[in-house]
Amino acid sequence: MYAQLVETGAKRVKSLEEMSPEEREFQLKIDAETKIEAKNWMPEGYRKTLIRQISQHAHSEVVGMLPEGNWVTRAPTLKRKLQLMAKIQDEAGHGLYLYSAMETLGADRDEEIDKLHEGKVKYSSIFNYPTLNWADMGTVGWLVDGAAIVNQVVLQRTSYGPYSRAMIRICKEESFHQRQGYQILLDLMREGTEEQKQMVQDSINRFWWPSLMMFGPSDDQSPNSQQSMAWKIKRKSNDELRQMFIDQTVPQLEFLGCTAPDPDLKWNEERGHYDFGEIDWQEFYDVLKGNGPCNKERIETRKNAIDGGAWVREAARAYAEKQQQKQQNAA
Amino acid sequence: MADWPLYEVFVRSKHGLNHKHVGSVHAADAEMAMENARDLYTRRSEGVSIWVVPSSAITASSPDEKEILFDPSDDKVYRHASFYKLPDEVGHM
Amino acid sequence: MSKAMTQQEALQEYLLRLADSDMILGQRLCELCGKAPALEEEMALMNVALDLVGQARNWYEYAAELIDDGRSADDLAFRRDAHDYRNALMVEQPNGDYAVTMGRQFFFDAWHYFTLASLVKAPDERIASIAAKAAKEVQYHLRRSSEWVKRFGDGTEESHQRMQTAVDDLWRFTGEMIEADDVEQTLFKAGIGPNPEQLAADWKGLVNEVLTEATLTPPPEDAWMYRGAKVGHHTEHLGYILAEMQFLQRAYPDAKTW
Repeated sequence: MYAQLVETGAKRVKSLEEMSPEEREFQLKIDAETKIEAKNWMPEGYRKTLIRQISQHAHSEVVGMLPEGNWVTRAPTLKRKLQLMAKIQDEAGHGLYLYSAMETLGADRDEEIDKLHEGKVKYSSIFNYPTLNWADMGTVGWLVDGAAIVNQVVLQRTSYGPYSRAMIRICKEESFHQRQGYQILLDLMREGTEEQKQMVQDSINRFWWPSLMMFGPSDDQSPNSQQSMAWKIKRKSNDELRQMFIDQTVPQLEFLGCTAPDPDLKWNEERGHYDFGEIDWQEFYDVLKGNGPCNKERIETRKNAIDGGAWVREAARAYAEKQQQKQQNAA
Repeated sequence: MADWPLYEVFVRSKHGLNHKHVGSVHAADAEMAMENARDLYTRRSEGVSIWVVPSSAITASSPDEKEILFDPSDDKVYRHASFYKLPDEVGHM
Repeated sequence: MSKAMTQQEALQEYLLRLADSDMILGQRLCELCGKAPALEEEMALMNVALDLVGQARNWYEYAAELIDDGRSADDLAFRRDAHDYRNALMVEQPNGDYAVTMGRQFFFDAWHYFTLASLVKAPDERIASIAAKAAKEVQYHLRRSSEWVKRFGDGTEESHQRMQTAVDDLWRFTGEMIEADDVEQTLFKAGIGPNPEQLAADWKGLVNEVLTEATLTPPPEDAWMYRGAKVGHHTEHLGYILAEMQFLQRAYPDAKTW
């Protein structure tokens, strides 16, 4: 999940009786699965929560280009290079779809990006981990995009129309990302040298736990989840999504012939799910707060790009104004 | 940084279909908006034609006016094709 | 090149030039991933890079077939050292600021555009079909890069200054692109490659037109030009580009698959 901790500003969910007439009408619409559109009345909390969630999601897509950008200049073959470039480009595109959805709520993209660069808002913790070998390009596609897809498929039904439509578009485009990643790993495991196979296992060892953290804190530690679920901004709880992801991923892991760095991971016949070990939540909160391996570098890179590009954007605007002036003078 | 203005993007996905709103882009001018829209919304050859419109130039109906603007046509069922029951033998029309 | 060159030899050499230039410029644009001056530009740069690496792959594949010594397209891209690379000096120049990035792109796009426009008519069907697909893509590249040159040239005082500096600095790498050597002369005489004089005239005409419209001063006609890429004498940059680009193939020479 790309939005791991979204503040709703609500301590608890209001009952219908406690709501104002407008709030009640709004909640009934949500309950009836009617999509909310930009010009509809909405509680301020709903609007703010959405802006936070969508911008976190968008920031994550954009920052998420960097760990892969780290290898795009070193991709080993023409085919792999082209695939990786297309995937990274999609991520920039998905960031833009999401910012566009966010702007329908009256938020300003540039302001939200400034907040990111000032360290005031979050993005997915996963992108603060370094990509250290080529197999990471496979693992990021398979595990990281895989975890994101589990969440995004559900978000296609989110209550806010523009967000939902952006998610539908993103899901359609993202289906190739996970396959692309898995295929990299599969080829390395099947036909690779011993060194290449070790590369894969090393990569899985590093990305396994951070991928599980992508779904955010456990349900009992997520006070904001309930309100988000009532507003149908979120559709499934963090723990439910995490379990879904693990259940679908373990067989794929076994098919690769690799292992997870979790001695407690095993099938539980009774539950019909995989059991898994305790996530290191201290690490999760550390990374989210900015103390991950790459937090500083990621934000610096993005800030330098946008700040360093100010004169470029300024020039384009000045040129556009001059052209418009010329046209008016000619008319 | 109040940067490039916002443009709404409409894409005609196939010949014979209407342009459909797909989202927005930021751009310094209309020409750039067109190129940005092409790069963003038609990466998988989704379009045959694009319109870009400055977002500020769009006037949208307010939901409060829904009853005045749209309800009067609710009873004009003859405007909808399903009003006309045709025998099955006629086939799809 | 002292001995008379066969048409076949010239063609192989020429295909490598096309492929290498596409590849190296694509690689330079990949370096900008996540670092573009606007989010919209991320999309555009990666689009151009995708087109270029895709074109490189097509040219490498054809070159590998003609060379026919067991090397694949990937071997040509990832296992040749700098002295065997035949890309234009222009494309290996560092990204610099965005005026340099776009200036480099524009000078190359203009050459690329007229070259492909001619190759589309080549009697060799393979060349014609690769060129036809590439020509459409490059037409778009050229439109974008010339617009950016104009935006910078006629934008703000700062952007004008930066663009003029970029043009002046990059100018010395333009001569080589439009001067025909034996390879290009041979292919022109064989009816495959572009007419060198025409190509040079078209390139100069377009470049002058865009620079003038951008309120920029074109460098003097007799400016000194840097040469050497056509015989494998590159600037110092290429070695580093290849060290990065070919890293995995070099570090794991026994690997059969990726």
